[in-house]
Amino acid sequence: MATTPRIGVVTFPGSLDDRDAARAVRAAGAEAVPLWHGDAELRGVDAVVLPGGFSYGDYLRAGAIARFSPVVNEIVSAASRGLPVLGICNGFQVLCESGLLPGALIRNAGLHFVCRDQRLRVESVTTRWTSDYDEGAEIVIPVKHGEGRYVADQATVDALEADGRVAVRYLDNPNGATNDIAGIRNESGNVVGLMPHPEHAIDPLTGPSTDGLTMFGSVLGALVSA
Amino acid sequence: MTDIDTVSLAAQDPDKNQPYLELGLKDDEYERIREILGRRPTDTELAMYSVMWSEHCSYKSSKVHLRQFGEDPPASDAMLVGMGENAGVVDVGDGLAVTFKVESHNHPSYVEPYQGAATGVGGIVRDILTMGARPIAVMDSLRFGDAAAPDTKRLVSGVVAGIGGYGNCLGLPNIGGEVGFDPSYAGNPLVNALCVGVLRHEDLQLAQAKGAGNQVVLLGALTGRDGIGGVSVLASATFDDAVDGGGAAGPSKRPSVQVGDPFTEKILIECCLEIFQAGLVTGIQDLGGAGLSCATSETASHGDGGMRVALDKVPLREASMSPLEVLTSESQERMLAIVEPSNVDAVLALCQKWGVVATVIGEVTEGDRLVVTWHGETVVDAPPGSLADDGPVYQRPVARPDDEMDALNAATGARLARPVTSNQLRDAVLVMTASPELCSRRWVTEQYDRYVLGGTVLAMPHDAGVVRLADDSTRGIALALDGNGRFAKLDPYAGAQLALAEAYRNVACTGARPLAVTDCLNFGSPEDPAVMWQFAEATRGLAAACRELGTPVTGGNVSFYNQTGATAINPTPVIGVLGVMDNVARRLPSGFTAADQAIVLLGATDEELDGSAWSWVTHRHLGGRPPTVRLSSERALAWVIGSAGDGQAITMAHDLSEGGLAIALVEACLIGGIGATVTLDGDPFVALFSESTARAIVATDDAEMLFELAGVNDVPAQLIGTTGGDALSVAGQFEITLSELRDASESTLPSLFG
Repeated sequence: MATTPRIGVVTFPGSLDDRDAARAVRAAGAEAVPLWHGDAELRGVDAVVLPGGFSYGDYLRAGAIARFSPVVNEIVSAASRGLPVLGICNGFQVLCESGLLPGALIRNAGLHFVCRDQRLRVESVTTRWTSDYDEGAEIVIPVKHGEGRYVADQATVDALEADGRVAVRYLDNPNGATNDIAGIRNESGNVVGLMPHPEHAIDPLTGPSTDGLTMFGSVLGALVSA
Repeated sequence: MTDIDTVSLAAQDPDKNQPYLELGLKDDEYERIREILGRRPTDTELAMYSVMWSEHCSYKSSKVHLRQFGEDPPASDAMLVGMGENAGVVDVGDGLAVTFKVESHNHPSYVEPYQGAATGVGGIVRDILTMGARPIAVMDSLRFGDAAAPDTKRLVSGVVAGIGGYGNCLGLPNIGGEVGFDPSYAGNPLVNALCVGVLRHEDLQLAQAKGAGNQVVLLGALTGRDGIGGVSVLASATFDDAVDGGGAAGPSKRPSVQVGDPFTEKILIECCLEIFQAGLVTGIQDLGGAGLSCATSETASHGDGGMRVALDKVPLREASMSPLEVLTSESQERMLAIVEPSNVDAVLALCQKWGVVATVIGEVTEGDRLVVTWHGETVVDAPPGSLADDGPVYQRPVARPDDEMDALNAATGARLARPVTSNQLRDAVLVMTASPELCSRRWVTEQYDRYVLGGTVLAMPHDAGVVRLADDSTRGIALALDGNGRFAKLDPYAGAQLALAEAYRNVACTGARPLAVTDCLNFGSPEDPAVMWQFAEATRGLAAACRELGTPVTGGNVSFYNQTGATAINPTPVIGVLGVMDNVARRLPSGFTAADQAIVLLGATDEELDGSAWSWVTHRHLGGRPPTVRLSSERALAWVIGSAGDGQAITMAHDLSEGGLAIALVEACLIGGIGATVTLDGDPFVALFSESTARAIVATDDAEMLFELAGVNDVPAQLIGTTGGDALSVAGQFEITLSELRDASESTLPSLFG
């Protein structure tokens, strides 16, 4: 397999970290393919990143409008066929709104927007996006959000924990998330959503670590070996 | 349309009584309008003149003093666009240019802290976009009343949330700034916002309407009844009412504050950048203060003809708005583009792609009139230059308040009780570290996104923000924003110079080469000769210092009427300095980076404690004279740090300013998480707390090389200690663990404002 893997990065009106996600994709060695919210096509990409931001102004509720966009419609059906999908921050909110992941993200417990270098533990390495980490690895990746407090009904949280579907957990919870949950995966491990921003931890010059690069490298490894 | 005053009605009814005084115009100003028009103005014209000739838009009190920045600028080959445009533009090499500007939004932020601060950010970002640049970062300089005062929490919480709410949603990293507390700002906080953008030289846009037949296109948000008369009602008048807890002056003026929608601004930015990229506009102007009145008259005045605008085409949020309201509305997130007819469809198509409302509202005409119609009736017919450029200019009376100033300067702090014993010195360091004036700003800065766009190399709490300009380049810029109202109160001439010196030094401490200046001059009422004296002194001092440092003022903003009743704020010139750096990988952080490095103090320390943070924090004393301005020493210091940083002879640098060596050491330890052991020469109190300027601490593995470099440049250098351990130790005096310092520094703001 000599061809470079192609990873789509969606831009909604109001997406902010789309250029950063594309940069991280390129840094990991893949081609970043721009996907436009209004186009119902995925341009043959091998994986998709839903980046951070305030899609459609986050009017109504974070991610609530983006979930109805033509591109997300395509992503939902491709994900059910195994396409790797990573939702970062607003992208995680979109994944929850679209039903690809359970639960919801609500206003931070402290009521303030929080931007800080966040310590995390990788809880599940059986996903397309975390397979290159060591299980239990402690990593540092920035968080920056006002509505990042993960909540779900007790049965859902119990199921996530029992099935090992918590992907990453906060070591010092910045937002009051249930069970310190920072990110989760779906049952087959191709869809991961998390509040922290791995695309801002790819270069020590501009981020607190290079721990985020491993996330983009993980999906690449799986694609190249496939 | 019977209730609309038109040009023909004005001719029929020449002596109609008009409310010009209520609109803020003086008798002689009204007479001049009648002279210019050869008749009485229509109601709509009167409203336009009142906003365009307001202090905020016309700079009528400051113009004669601001001229010195343009007429006798320092030698610099970096300026591409100077004062007078929306923002100055500076060449930074590689075909790239940077545009930056700081602007005040003080009065709106007092009335409505969240929206006032949010739209302050929105407005300055549009100024930068208007130059053809992609905005890449924001900063802000904030001043509030005493931290413990009852109204301060409302203002701090609202302003910080507003800056974050707007800037975070725009996707612009907030890379630094400052927060200050002083009772003089209790009824008049300062919210100064800075934005910086980057462009290629050939992408520069200008705010002019050229070429008869070209179309005038309004882009962005619908026009509503918000912010009407903001520039005249809020920005150019004093809050007279006595103000207590909730802000008694507030509610009645709230409709004059604009309401921001950052999502609309974000798509407007992306849309405009695509339009610029495709070369589809011949001129562009943002709508800020005075709204369409300003945008139409300025672009027409700076073009080569006139302009005709069909005002009824403007998309409205409220259908019942009058032409007067449409022209003076300050609704946010709007731009005015001048487009050749053949490009209109392409512009409208790009707007549709981004979901931006775009409407052709007029065209550039031959001749020299700005004509505005409302459903076919002419409501404005005036020379655009008379609105935009030829407003009144005042030589306001200037008088040094001798009694007050002489008494203030005589009241030195020589007899203030000083810490003497080791324990007293230790306590003083902790009290200063925990004071609202000097403590960690983390509670504020954590509410701002500093990572978005992926170019932030340094941000708070470092001395200056550093941003890489492009992914494929190592080139970057450094920016710092500083002011010190206490120094300026004691001596406005020196105070302005000291603010410039501090920002210059902060930029130099990152290893960058300081290049250019933007300023936001916050003062009381220009109608008070004592305030005008402060203003005249500050501008004179700033212009002289800019010449000496070789850093031209590229633009900025004047904010007058910052006072409560008859009491003005401390005069507060806030100065932004932009520097450039060839390789951002060599940036110098402000914290220690490794143990066992030599700590060297660069610069000379005298006993200079008047106006200092120590005098204020521990004794609430303000008197005497500020520290000596040492501009040639600042230049030499900057040169030494820049050379040593470039040669990688030093690993960090941190400037000494408020709180002197003591606070600089505390911050360097806390930022790096590495302790230090130092030995002080002479009186330990003076060594720790004096605020002599042109000083910095640096850490190095190669002290010998540093001493040589400093010696050649006549910069005093003194080895004061070594990095390492988990405490700050002053030999023979005291030791404070980093965790005790961190608790002191970081708990203050959360406990006040949580």
